[in-house]
Amino acid sequence: MTAPLLSVENLDMVFGGNKRDAGVRAVDDVSFDVMRGETFGIVGESGSGKTTLGRCIMRIIDPTAGKVTYRPDDSAPVTLTDLDKAELRKQWQSIRMIFQDPQSSLNPRLPVIELIGQALRKSEGLTGKALAERVAQLLQQVGLRPEFLHRYPGAFSGGQRQRIGIARALATGPKLVIADEAVSALDVSIQAQTLNLLQDLQDEFDLTYIFIAHDLAVVEHICDRVAVMYRGRIVELADRDTLFRTPAHPYTRELLEAVPVPDPSRRRDRKKTVPVPTGVQSAGCAFAPRCALATEICRNQTPPKRNVGGAEVLCHHVT
Amino acid sequence: MPQTPMHTDTSPLLEIRNLQTHFFTHDGLVKAVDGVDLTIQPDRTLCVLGESGCGKSITARSVLRIVDQPGRIVGGEIIYRAADGRTVDLAAERPGSRRMREVRGKDIAMIFQEPMSSLGPITRIGQQISETILLHRKVTKAEAREIAIEMLDKVGIPDPTGRYMAYPFELSGGMRQRAMIAMALSCQPRLLIADEPTTALDVTTQAQILDLIAELKEELNMAVMLITHDLGVVAEVAEDVAVMYMGKVVEYGDVHDIFANPQHPYTRALMASIPRIGAERRDRLPAIRGMVPHPLSRPSGCSFRTRCDHAIPGVCDQSEPKLQPAAPPNQPVSCMIKR
Repeated sequence: MTAPLLSVENLDMVFGGNKRDAGVRAVDDVSFDVMRGETFGIVGESGSGKTTLGRCIMRIIDPTAGKVTYRPDDSAPVTLTDLDKAELRKQWQSIRMIFQDPQSSLNPRLPVIELIGQALRKSEGLTGKALAERVAQLLQQVGLRPEFLHRYPGAFSGGQRQRIGIARALATGPKLVIADEAVSALDVSIQAQTLNLLQDLQDEFDLTYIFIAHDLAVVEHICDRVAVMYRGRIVELADRDTLFRTPAHPYTRELLEAVPVPDPSRRRDRKKTVPVPTGVQSAGCAFAPRCALATEICRNQTPPKRNVGGAEVLCHHVT
Repeated sequence: MPQTPMHTDTSPLLEIRNLQTHFFTHDGLVKAVDGVDLTIQPDRTLCVLGESGCGKSITARSVLRIVDQPGRIVGGEIIYRAADGRTVDLAAERPGSRRMREVRGKDIAMIFQEPMSSLGPITRIGQQISETILLHRKVTKAEAREIAIEMLDKVGIPDPTGRYMAYPFELSGGMRQRAMIAMALSCQPRLLIADEPTTALDVTTQAQILDLIAELKEELNMAVMLITHDLGVVAEVAEDVAVMYMGKVVEYGDVHDIFANPQHPYTRALMASIPRIGAERRDRLPAIRGMVPHPLSRPSGCSFRTRCDHAIPGVCDQSEPKLQPAAPPNQPVSCMIKR
């Protein structure tokens, strides 16, 4: 099967807005495909719309416009954006999410068996001993001891809680897992363990990941293809090596230059602090107010999507 | 890059000797800071690197005597050398003493990860900065206002006169961070303690704030103690580095030496475990196994031994290693097998 597992077409998400006010375009005409078995990265700074995009795909919030097609198996593709609530719930068994903050995404008043088991109870009708066995097995798969079954989230460290969150996502045998800043809140030594775990689980269960993150080094490590978002748009989409070796879009370059390199002999040349742009660009390229290459056309016309050296780039100037 | 000698002839600005800050909790005694030695030289940047719970923030808070209950300094000295050359042991002062209040904010200022922890939510930015200036400097209200606007300008806030009247909630995260830095620097401190100042910020904003701190450090001739968990940030700004684990400094030295030649197994493991942009592709990261032990069940001997690949039974679990000079001189390391 070569058809992508997930296709996102012209997705828009506008918050607020009425006749007089355009509202906030959190996601703006976003299209991309996610292939089976790959890890698709979405990077961007806070407010770039990456989390909203993930939520729109799952339809935790309903997108304003656009289409999301999901092809879990050989049967007819499912258009997620057309489903009603009941049908959507069924799909939520095979599309799962991992959140950034294991503290707030786990109900502190439920024991582990409930946190992980709830979905199994609903989807497979498991109860009692059978449920306990399955949850214990899941705990082992994420590297936790099965005795933890009746403990509450408060008894675990941040890294362990994130493992519980991962076990919960795996419970219903998903095909697609959307990980939203799944390792950002973890300590350095725990982050590496969790990344390794995610990769092991991907191999074992043929998972496809959408990996939303702001940490570029982590994204380069774990992702096969990467989309860079800025103000709701994907400004560059390429495979990992192309993106990190030859970043094309001025924003991608700026982002990569800003990452502190863990090597004091390669300190970046200190530049004068870039003035922060004020005011919102209404027409044209959203990055224009910050961009060194910006000209008249950037301020007036939305840049076209172009192919630059294997990358899809949204820019008037780079070729 | 030229290597700077680690110890210059000038006497240190701040010397922390065998500091112990313990928390007397209902569940038992937590030794958050357990015998820390650190030296901060004037005009230099010391980065304290460590994971959450290693005691790096409590060390900094101990210096300013703002450790919350049930925490208390139970031992050690914090020798601060004032501008007139006199020294004072901050660890022996009462937290609310007059001397402490003078040092705090005027001589030593602190900025935090979350700007709203030092900015009041219902007072205009400018007024908060002016108040600080009026408290510590002999100026009139009008002069304080001028200095405040100048500081807002210096930290790169556009339209400083207008923003003087803004409330914190009207500013973005990066701008709030700048406002907090403006307030911290408004009294020209001799030491700036920055506790994870860029952790909550985007990378481009982080780069700007780090540049800003470095620039102001040069301009105002101050020392900086920067607390972070981010090896990239350390490499970017540090001159001296202290690596902490479970309340202790396990390695200390010049930033170039530490990165080129890490000695302690923990420092080495930490450096190996982070993904690096442009590095050779690795399928798996060499993670440090296990997790930081619970502070109430500290392992015997070396606290890192339960996660250390080089731990030797009968040696590492027997006695506690002390920080002492290892292979390259001036890079003390606390490890039983590195001597």
